[in-house]
Amino acid sequence: MTDKADIVIIGGGVQGCSIAYNLAKKGQKNIVILEKGLVSSGSSGRCGAGIRQQFGTEMNCILARESMRIFEQLSDELEYDIELNQKGYLILAYTEKEVTQFKKNIELQHSLGIPSRLLTPEQAREVVPALNIEEVQAATFCPTDGNVNPLLTTVAYAEAAQRLGVKIFQHTEAQKIDTRKDKILGVLTNYGMIKTDTVVNAAGGYAREVGEMAGLDIPVYPQRHQIMVTEPIDPLWEPMLMSFSRNFYFQQLPHGSIVGGYGDPENEIIGHDLETSWQFAVTMAKKMTDLIPALKDVRVVRQWSGSYTMSPDSQPILGEHSHLNRYFMSLGFSGHGFMLAPFTGKVIAECILEGKTPLSIEKLDIARFERGELILEPSVV
Amino acid sequence: MDDNTIICRCEDITWGEIRKQLDKGYTTLDEIKRITRAGMGPCQGKTCRRVLVHAIARYLNKKVEEVSLSTFRPPTKPILLGILAGEKND
Repeated sequence: MTDKADIVIIGGGVQGCSIAYNLAKKGQKNIVILEKGLVSSGSSGRCGAGIRQQFGTEMNCILARESMRIFEQLSDELEYDIELNQKGYLILAYTEKEVTQFKKNIELQHSLGIPSRLLTPEQAREVVPALNIEEVQAATFCPTDGNVNPLLTTVAYAEAAQRLGVKIFQHTEAQKIDTRKDKILGVLTNYGMIKTDTVVNAAGGYAREVGEMAGLDIPVYPQRHQIMVTEPIDPLWEPMLMSFSRNFYFQQLPHGSIVGGYGDPENEIIGHDLETSWQFAVTMAKKMTDLIPALKDVRVVRQWSGSYTMSPDSQPILGEHSHLNRYFMSLGFSGHGFMLAPFTGKVIAECILEGKTPLSIEKLDIARFERGELILEPSVV
Repeated sequence: MDDNTIICRCEDITWGEIRKQLDKGYTTLDEIKRITRAGMGPCQGKTCRRVLVHAIARYLNKKVEEVSLSTFRPPTKPILLGILAGEKND
């Protein structure tokens, strides 16, 4: 352990590791990451691997587009094969309302240079011949969306950060953040005190608690989401299949296995209980075999769950806290943290080093809730 | 056992691939599983977990019980999606 640091990042997930890497790349020294478990043992290592740019707000489209640009060269940059696979996202519309929304989304995405397009059900089946298009009204497809290995991406960021001098302490839990007036004095851990004036809350599902450690009320909560994976099979189709109204996402990964899940916000467990349910496996199996009937002969090998860290408007909270100097946040991604991490890690690093919030994330500050300026995303599972 | 010995038969992972991660400092079953996929296949580690734990213990010069295990996740045996969905009888 160390007894002082220039910057203490709480959370060894993809956010914390990406921020640390980007800070170190810009020349920052004495960076410490505190991780109460192992790197990637929280939500980053539990996510569904999908990365997409097809969002319904300008903010999310920009964050996702910029992240994708980084993902496209990240294996080279981090000197680690993170298994990027850009085979697209095919998002299915089942209602008139959805079709109207998707047309708006496409217009917005085009204005921001995202190469998505609207497809008829028949065109959707050309992209995925195994697809059951019954009741499908339309679809949108963006060929540069796809998936990447989230475990390896997090490890790749962690290793690259360590090569640049970042120290990662695993099994080391932040317990209290000492402050005086509006300044940070240090972070108390289970191995002792680290003096610092700068803390980054990148604690994922535990972000609220890491706020309370400094006496801050951060309006986020962990919500369990379940997911499952099949045995690997020969390539059957390429893009991620997703629907907001029918509530599912699943895809075949380069490895051959099929990974997917759905959201159940009304009944979902709030808190850190990450048990899994039989009901989920049954419901998900119905959704998958309904859409791709050939999957009935494929076996599920594993199911698990992870936390979405929900914010009041399902958008991340990024930047410095308005009530505590040099307390930075990269949290509340509401299920999209992994796919945005390459870009948010970069902008949070700029925010810390340059002392001002980059324009691209200005509206995602925590004070937006006091101002009543919520940004609502129509396109989420 | 040499570098070409297959440890995880489902995912085709050799001792050499695992040793490389141990050399880098990843010494828990969870880390090895996440990085190499050893134990992530259809048998869910029922075949390789014992071998792997012993191999890690020997590499670290520790007792077997000192190696931390990975989480056991359902289902215990792979299940056809068709059976789960109620469309197919066993």
